[in-house]
Amino acid sequence: MNLKLLINIAKTLLMARFRQTLIAAIGVMFSITMFITLISFMTGLNGLLDGLILNRTPHVRLYNEIKPAIKQPSNIAFPNELFLVSSIKSENVRKDIYNSASVIQFLKQDERVDGVATKLNAPVFFTIGDIKIAASVSGIEPMEENRLFKFGDYLTGGDLKSLIQESNSIMLGKGLADKLMAKIGDVVYLNTPNGDRYDFKVVGFVQIGIADIDNIQCYASIQTTQKILGKPSSYVTDIQVRLKDIKQAPSVAKEYAQLFNLDAMDVQTANAQFETGTGVRNIITYAVSITLLVVAGFGIYNILNMLIYEKMDTIAILKATGFSGSDVKWIFILISMIIGVAGGVFGLIFGYLLSSVIDNLPFETQALPTISTFPVNFNVAFYFIGITFALVTTYLAGLFPALKASKIDPVIIIRGK
Amino acid sequence: MSDIVLETRKISKLFHDPVTVKVLDDVNISINKGDFVSIVGKSGCGKSTLLYILSTMDTDFSGDLLIDKESMKKRPDSYLSRIRNEKIGFVFQFHYLVDEYSVLHNVMLPGLKLGKLSTKEVEHNAMQHLKRLGVEDQALKSANRLSGGQKQRVAIARALINNPLIIMGDEPTGNLDKKNSDIVFDIFKELVEENNQTILVVTHDPDFAERTDRIIEMSDGRVL
Ligand SMILES: Nc1ncnc2c1ncn2[C@@H]1O[C@H](COP(=O)(O)OP(=O)(O)O)[C@@H](O)[C@H]1O
Ligand SMILES: [Mg+2]
Repeated sequence: MNLKLLINIAKTLLMARFRQTLIAAIGVMFSITMFITLISFMTGLNGLLDGLILNRTPHVRLYNEIKPAIKQPSNIAFPNELFLVSSIKSENVRKDIYNSASVIQFLKQDERVDGVATKLNAPVFFTIGDIKIAASVSGIEPMEENRLFKFGDYLTGGDLKSLIQESNSIMLGKGLADKLMAKIGDVVYLNTPNGDRYDFKVVGFVQIGIADIDNIQCYASIQTTQKILGKPSSYVTDIQVRLKDIKQAPSVAKEYAQLFNLDAMDVQTANAQFETGTGVRNIITYAVSITLLVVAGFGIYNILNMLIYEKMDTIAILKATGFSGSDVKWIFILISMIIGVAGGVFGLIFGYLLSSVIDNLPFETQALPTISTFPVNFNVAFYFIGITFALVTTYLAGLFPALKASKIDPVIIIRGK
Repeated sequence: MSDIVLETRKISKLFHDPVTVKVLDDVNISINKGDFVSIVGKSGCGKSTLLYILSTMDTDFSGDLLIDKESMKKRPDSYLSRIRNEKIGFVFQFHYLVDEYSVLHNVMLPGLKLGKLSTKEVEHNAMQHLKRLGVEDQALKSANRLSGGQKQRVAIARALINNPLIIMGDEPTGNLDKKNSDIVFDIFKELVEENNQTILVVTHDPDFAERTDRIIEMSDGRVL
C-alpha cells in the first residue's frame, strides 16, 4: 500500500467538496472544543469542591472515642455468664492519646506517611460584656497544619507565623470574629470550662467556607492550648496523618487502630459523599461530549456517502487501473481521518483557548476566600483523550462508507453508460 | 511458436437477472504477443462482458483465464488489481479521467500505484507518452478541459504508462468522429508495429476492424 499516493488521492477528492468537508471538520472541532472546555472546567470544579473538604481532612485521624466499655465489670468478673445490662454509661476514658510522643515518633518513620500533625481541642467561652459566646479552640502546629492541610489557604488576614512567635495569640473564625467585632491586634477575653480567664491577642482570621465551623472555631498554637487546659506538653487529643497515597487510608486506619489501641477514622469513611459527586459530574461531561461527537460523526458519514456517490466514476477508474478494494477503502477512511485530525487539532486549540478564558473569569465567593477566578484543570490527559475521541469517531464514521466504496463493482459503472 | 499472452479456456457466463441467460458460451481464444485483434459482433452478443472478464474486473464466470500463462481463477482482489495495474492497459469507450487531476497526473496515476519508479521517472515517462500521442501541450490542464479526441489520447497514454503486456479497449472509438477515430487507430497500429505491443479492441466499426491483423467474430455469446 502506497500511503503517500492514497493520502494524495484522499486530499484531492476532499478538495472537490471543500465546503462540505469544512463544515464536517467544524462539527468535529466544535465537539472537541466543548469536550476539552467542559472536562477541564468540571474537573477543576471537582478539585475545588473536593479540596474544600478533603484537603482539610486528615487521611487518618487517631483519637479516643467516648463510648461504653465493651467489657462491662460483670463480664470480667464472671466471664462464662450471660448478662443483660441496661442503661450503660460511657466510660470515663482519657481523652488524650496515651504515650503520644512515641506514637508520633513511630508514625513519622512509617514509609506510607507523608506527614503527621497533632491537634488538641478545647471548649471555651468568649465574653463581651455580659454575653458569653461558646467556641472551640483548636490547638495546632501551624506550620505542619499548613504543609499538610493547606491551612494558609483559608487565612483571610494575618500571618501564620505570628501564632508561634507571639505568646497568647489566637486566630478567629470569620463568623466568630464578626460576632466579637474583633480586628487584628484587638484583645479578646476567654474563659475555660475550669473557670480560668485569659486574654488573647487576635492575629488573624480564618474562613473555612463552612459557616457552622467559622462561627465557633478559633485557632491557637498547641502549646497555648495545652496551657489553657492546664495540661502537660505531651497532651494531645488528635493525631492527624496525611498519607502519600490516599487510597491506602482505610487499611492503614484499621492497622493503626489495632496497633495503638485507639480509634482511627479514614477520610473515605468520613466523606463518602464526595466521591459520588465527582463521579456523577465526570459521567455527565463524558456523556455530553460523546453526544456531540456522535452528531459530528453523522455529519462525516453523510459527506462521505455523498462524495462516494458523486465520485463513482473516479472509483471505477481507480479500480480498473489497478487500485484494489482495500486501497479504495483506505482512501475514504483517510478522507474521514483528515477531517478528524483537522477538526480535532483545532478543537484542542480552541478548547485550550476557551478554558483559558474561563480560567480568567472572575469568580468570587464568600465560601472560598483564596479563589478569585473559575477553577480550570489543565491536564494533558484530556487533550490525549480528546484527540483519540476525534480519531476513533471519524474512523468509525468513515469505515462504513469506505467499505461500501471498496465493494463498488467498476464493471457496473463502466458498462452503465 | 509465438508467445501467448492471453488465453481463455471454456469461459462461460450466466446472468440471472431477471431470468437466467447464458451470455458467454464456451469461449476459447488465445492471443499472441504483438497481435492487433478486434472483436466484432452484433450489439448484445457479449463482447463487453467478455472483455471485462479478460481484464480481470469480472471474476464471476466458469472456465479459466490465463494472463501471461498464469491462471486468474480464485485469485484474491489484491492479486488481480496488481495484474490490472502491471499487465493490462484499459481504454474505455467514455473517456474516464479523474477530473480533479491534471492530464499529466491522470497519466501518472497507475505508474505511481505500481511504485516501481520514482515520481520523477513516472512523470518523465508520462510526458513521453503524451508527446507521442501529440497532447503534451495539454499536460498541465485539468482533465475536464479537453475535447473528446484529446481525452481518448490521454486515456491511451494512461494505459501505456506501466508498459503493459496487453492493451484492451471497449469501443475506444465509439464516441469519436471519423478523424479522431483514425488518429486512435494509427496510434494503436504504431504501438503494435514499433513496440510489438499487444492490442485487443472491441468495436462495432467495420472499417476499424478490417484494418486490424485479426478479427474475432462473436454471435450470441459464442466465438464464430
Ligand atoms: N448486469 C447484467 N444483468 C443481466 N444481463 C446483462 C447484464 N449486463 C449485460 N447483460 C446482457 O448480457 C448481454 C451481453 O451484453 P454485452 O456484453 O454488454 O453486449 P455487447 O457489448 O456485445 O453489446 C446482453 O444481452 C445484455 O442485455
Ligand atoms: Mg458493449
